[in-house]
Amino acid sequence: MINALQARLYRFARRMLTRPRIDLPLAAGLFVLACVGLATLYSAGDASLALVGGQAARFVMGTVLLLLVSRIPPTVLRSWTPWLYAGSTLLLVVVAVLGEGRGSIRWLDLGVMRFQPSELLKLTMPMMVAWYLHPRQLPPSWKDMAVVGVMIAIPAGLIAEQPDLGTAVLVTAAGAFALFLSGVAWWRIGLLLAAVGGMIPVAWHFLHQYQRDRVLTLLDPESDPLGNGWHIIQSQIAVGSGGVFGKGWQHSTQSRLEFLPEHTTDFIFAVFSEEFGLVGVLALLALYAFIIGRCLWIAMEARDTYSRLLAGAIGMSFFVYVFVNGGMIAGMLPVVGVPLPLVSYGGTSAVSLLTGFGVLMSIHANRKMHD
Amino acid sequence: MKVRRRSIKDARGESTLFRYRALAGFALIVLGLAALGGRFFYLQVLRHDEFVTRSDANRVKPRAIPPARGLIFDRNGVLLADNVPAFRLEVVPEQVPDMAAMLAQIGAVVPLDQDDIDAFRKQLKQSRRFESVPLKLRLSEDDIARFAINRWRFPGVDVVPYLTRRYPFGARFAHVVGYVGRIDADDLQRLDPVRYKGTSHVGRSGIERSYEDVLHGTPGYELVEVNADGRTQRVLETHAPVPGKNLYLSIDVRVQKAAEEAFEGRPGAAVAIDPRNGQVLAMVSVPSFDPNLFVNGISHADYTALTTAEDKPLYNRALRGVYPPGSTVKPFLALGGLEYGVRRPQDTVLSTGEFCLPGTTFCRRDDKRGGDGVVNMVRAIQLSTNTYFYKLALDLGIDRLSEWMSRFSFGGRTGIDLIGESEGVLPSRAWKAANSKQKAWFPGETIIAGIGQGYWAVTPLQLAHATATLAGHGVPYAPRLVMSTQKGVDSRPEPLANPPSGPSLIRRPEDWAVINQGMQAVVEAGTGKGQFTGFPYEVAGKSGTAERFSRTTNAYDTNRNSSYLAARHRAWFIAYTPAEAPRIAVAAVLEAGAWGRDAAPITRRIFDAWLATQDGAPPQTPASSSPPATAAPPAGEEEDVPVQGGAGGMP
Repeated sequence: MINALQARLYRFARRMLTRPRIDLPLAAGLFVLACVGLATLYSAGDASLALVGGQAARFVMGTVLLLLVSRIPPTVLRSWTPWLYAGSTLLLVVVAVLGEGRGSIRWLDLGVMRFQPSELLKLTMPMMVAWYLHPRQLPPSWKDMAVVGVMIAIPAGLIAEQPDLGTAVLVTAAGAFALFLSGVAWWRIGLLLAAVGGMIPVAWHFLHQYQRDRVLTLLDPESDPLGNGWHIIQSQIAVGSGGVFGKGWQHSTQSRLEFLPEHTTDFIFAVFSEEFGLVGVLALLALYAFIIGRCLWIAMEARDTYSRLLAGAIGMSFFVYVFVNGGMIAGMLPVVGVPLPLVSYGGTSAVSLLTGFGVLMSIHANRKMHD
Repeated sequence: MKVRRRSIKDARGESTLFRYRALAGFALIVLGLAALGGRFFYLQVLRHDEFVTRSDANRVKPRAIPPARGLIFDRNGVLLADNVPAFRLEVVPEQVPDMAAMLAQIGAVVPLDQDDIDAFRKQLKQSRRFESVPLKLRLSEDDIARFAINRWRFPGVDVVPYLTRRYPFGARFAHVVGYVGRIDADDLQRLDPVRYKGTSHVGRSGIERSYEDVLHGTPGYELVEVNADGRTQRVLETHAPVPGKNLYLSIDVRVQKAAEEAFEGRPGAAVAIDPRNGQVLAMVSVPSFDPNLFVNGISHADYTALTTAEDKPLYNRALRGVYPPGSTVKPFLALGGLEYGVRRPQDTVLSTGEFCLPGTTFCRRDDKRGGDGVVNMVRAIQLSTNTYFYKLALDLGIDRLSEWMSRFSFGGRTGIDLIGESEGVLPSRAWKAANSKQKAWFPGETIIAGIGQGYWAVTPLQLAHATATLAGHGVPYAPRLVMSTQKGVDSRPEPLANPPSGPSLIRRPEDWAVINQGMQAVVEAGTGKGQFTGFPYEVAGKSGTAERFSRTTNAYDTNRNSSYLAARHRAWFIAYTPAEAPRIAVAAVLEAGAWGRDAAPITRRIFDAWLATQDGAPPQTPASSSPPATAAPPAGEEEDVPVQGGAGGMP
């Protein structure tokens, strides 16, 4: 009995060392990022241990999910994909129906916990695109591109309608990246981008007034210093006053004096920039680049088309978080509710991100055999 | 060959393709991150000095200046809602060393109740730490004096002047103008925090609520320089707030006063509407309450007294009270009979005192023992002959009856510019199916619907609106209380457009003339006889009495004691004048009263007051022979139509 257990443990340990399911460089990158995130949160949240503790608990929960998902082989994931996609899209419809007549409804109350179905789409969207393209001739034909376009447009439209523009952008990007990685010819990409550019005036028409205000305020923040302009002005002051080396950990005056709104969630990057300066920012961006690069490396090593596209899309959409959030706090992009991944305070985003990395770990574990 | 190549996947080629794409993607990402890094370099290195200065100068703080709330006037510019200066206690959170201790201690200086503290705490969470939050409104002089002595003990707390609302007419306009109340925790959830920054009150009921957006205005702000302790040093810039717009109601205080006093405190409601444009000239619900009590937080004792009072002073009877309309529906029903071609004016019915559903023993009686004899349409309206309308309702059928009545907004909203009007009940198959256990519709129910009994329920506003629509030759206007808005006391009021809500409901002008003749006969010689003696214009009217309790027997009640009758009935009177070209239509209900003789005098007093407000001398004698063509008839309507068939079949 004990011998058998010992033997199993031994086999397990050997397997972990010789052929770990977990990609150690990626795991290390995520671990460092999570630590940076908790440290920044501690400072931004006025040294509130409850806040940091809560976030750490979510990281633990996310890590457990990561480990669980990493045990599911990509082939199984692939067979589940259409159901997962349909299920999560259906939940969006449920939220849309239940939320009728109220302002902005994104949550589904499960009694025990509330969650946003749109978070699920961040994962099921690239899965679905990858699933669709997997058996098909690549690079995809116009027809396949059109089908993928519909797959992206339906949930993205539902999410944008909630209205949650930030998540809609992330979900669209995740699907679009899978398509991009499938090898769509450059001239077709150029054509599509030109078409999207041409649609912008139409899209403007469909934006809510507050969303338009955010874009207009970006062009001239000083026009509305009490309302929308406040976020942009204060965030840039925080970033700019940080300088090259920053004011030092826990010395963000913008955050401490509460000039900076949402300084533990969407605007936490501004606190980081103020405290750690340009040096810190470049180091953090390098860390993100490393994580994304490692994801793409795992994608290249993957066994089949599905795994490749999925891993690549997850990695690349991670970049969208960083770019949109960073662009927002630096005054390049309008105020959109996109968190800085694994740094911003907030449960569902951290958990769903880590679950996505679980998929990557699984793909890594089932990579091509070189020897 | 080509087909084959398309169907087989080239795994190795795809892998290579992917490798290139992944590298290209990574290159793009690095490029994007580099651009981001470049932007940070621009902000943190090139513009570093500027932002350091601004970060230090963040001692310059914006402070919201709340806008002055728009004033409310009557149609002649009499002030109904005013802003008066008062003082309140405000707290700047970042200057208070220990909030809990401060709240505990300040109660001994300025009395606070739990509501004050709850609202304060909630607002505290939604404000920035340097923005002041009101703690207690409308300080008394004693409060101010006591606080002045103890001020040194409470850093960050100060007495600040502000404007508060006052309603000079008190109870008279409480159900129309409504009142504002202090913004509470629930309001904070729904109000735009930017627009309401610094504002302490919001419209709670009446015009104050339905026109909140117009009355509120847009806040301004000032940039103030504060020292390290947060104390204001000087004001750098001021951006003035835009005050809310003033409102001019179409109500005339003199008519409103007469209407209120006409009730002599008896519970009821009356609404007067100008049929030519839907403007409400008076709207009263008796009893009423003093809205000033609510402005700065009503005391518990006062509130309990209002909510437990037997005659419910907080209840807006004009807007929400539903009563069976009784015989007041008869002119409308008669018009429907003409419209659908079911009746000609000269068609007669024999009233014997009792009407039985053909082939059944289901019988209903007339008011008068023995009946009114042979009556035509005009006489049936004049004498309020039930049998005539039992039969008419039966011939129309419930579907046509309710379809026709719904055009006058019975069973629906009139569209008045107040929130919360009741829809009442218009009897119909659909209504019964949805609201009764018995799904089927019975002919007996059609019959009693014909005299405004049974399921019927209308609000005084609905009946006034229907009367005004009838008086205006069938052209419907949604009732409007607000006549115009004004940007400031010096600018010209801008009228609010109120176009007709649809085409005229009456296709043939001669139909209208018949009903008009019948309703004039009511006043001259019918159930409203003698009530309008001496009034210079012709009046058209109709009484109505509805039973408050369901009848247990079909026997005649011989008790003629008026207080006994009043306890059992509700009295209605609807009327409009001048009958030739109506300019005012009124519906009045007394919760305890019987027949026209109780409710008609209320209408009379409203007409008298209205007449006094009209310019130009009224005609000296009642013109019964030929109507004087004084006022122009509504567009597209011919008004001086000779009345036909009036004498046909008269006994």
